[in-house]
Amino acid sequence: MSGIIGKKIGMTSVFAADGKFLPCTVIQAGPCIVTQVKTKETDGYDAVQLSFGEKKEKSTPGAMKGHFKKANTTPKRKVVEFKHFPEAPAFGSEIKADLFVEGDFVDVIGTSKGKGFQGVVKRHGFSGVGWATHGQHDRQRAPGSLGASSFPSRVLKGMRMGGHMGVDRKKLQNLQVVKVMAEQNLILVKGSIPGHNGSFVILEK
Amino acid sequence: MDLIKLAEQTYVEKKDLPSFKAGDTVTVYYKIIEGTKERIQQYQGVVLQRRGVGASQTFTVRKISNGVGVERIFPLMSPKIEKIVVDKIGVVRRARIFYLRGIFGKKARIEEKKA
Repeated sequence: MSGIIGKKIGMTSVFAADGKFLPCTVIQAGPCIVTQVKTKETDGYDAVQLSFGEKKEKSTPGAMKGHFKKANTTPKRKVVEFKHFPEAPAFGSEIKADLFVEGDFVDVIGTSKGKGFQGVVKRHGFSGVGWATHGQHDRQRAPGSLGASSFPSRVLKGMRMGGHMGVDRKKLQNLQVVKVMAEQNLILVKGSIPGHNGSFVILEK
Repeated sequence: MDLIKLAEQTYVEKKDLPSFKAGDTVTVYYKIIEGTKERIQQYQGVVLQRRGVGASQTFTVRKISNGVGVERIFPLMSPKIEKIVVDKIGVVRRARIFYLRGIFGKKARIEEKKA
């Protein structure tokens, strides 16, 4: 499975050739630098390490400076390892948006937007109490019963409750590539993708 | 933001659309695909509003069909719009003439702009 690191730019809508109006997400995909090629002999498994996004040299640890220098490139912010590249690209080479073609189906991995501490209605889709009258007071979005009484006398593990929501790694599968602009390294995929504008995403084919 | 505009620019093909606004009477020539055949349907009515920017601009056209008011919203940049012909330029005082929905007959007349 080949892939690339990108940055979510934002959303727009475009007309397809058949006149359909498609909501699209613009992703700046690459150019990524191959900063390491792992092989079974040296590392125990096959993988390709890509790096993307500029980073200040002074905020880069010395070990990483050397790592990027080996690949003859500047320090990068995002470093991701991809397994199962069809054929391993050369060490130090560039991987660009033209890895994908229009009509491809890609998986997009991103970090979802943070929602903070949320109750069960938003976090787990509970329906709440349902009544506003008939003796209900201050509990319209409450979870209801947490379990039985004297047996087991405790709340079962894994009971869905309120808590922190968002900032999770989310993968969306089979998003269609609407357009590839190889010169600007832009990719338009159909539909929305996880995360804020400007956040890093991983595209896999 | 600029990269979004860059991506949009590759799509918005500049068609020589006529300028029209709310109150004008227009005929929209809209391509309809039936199976493999393609034909052009005409839809004539009064423009109620124009809204949006860029590729997502739309306009609403209202007409009275067999005594029933019909409103249709067209995406302005749609490749299915063959052409738009402005039949009459109307004089109205607002950009969105939704008051037309509540009136009919003689009251719903729109004064035509004198040439």
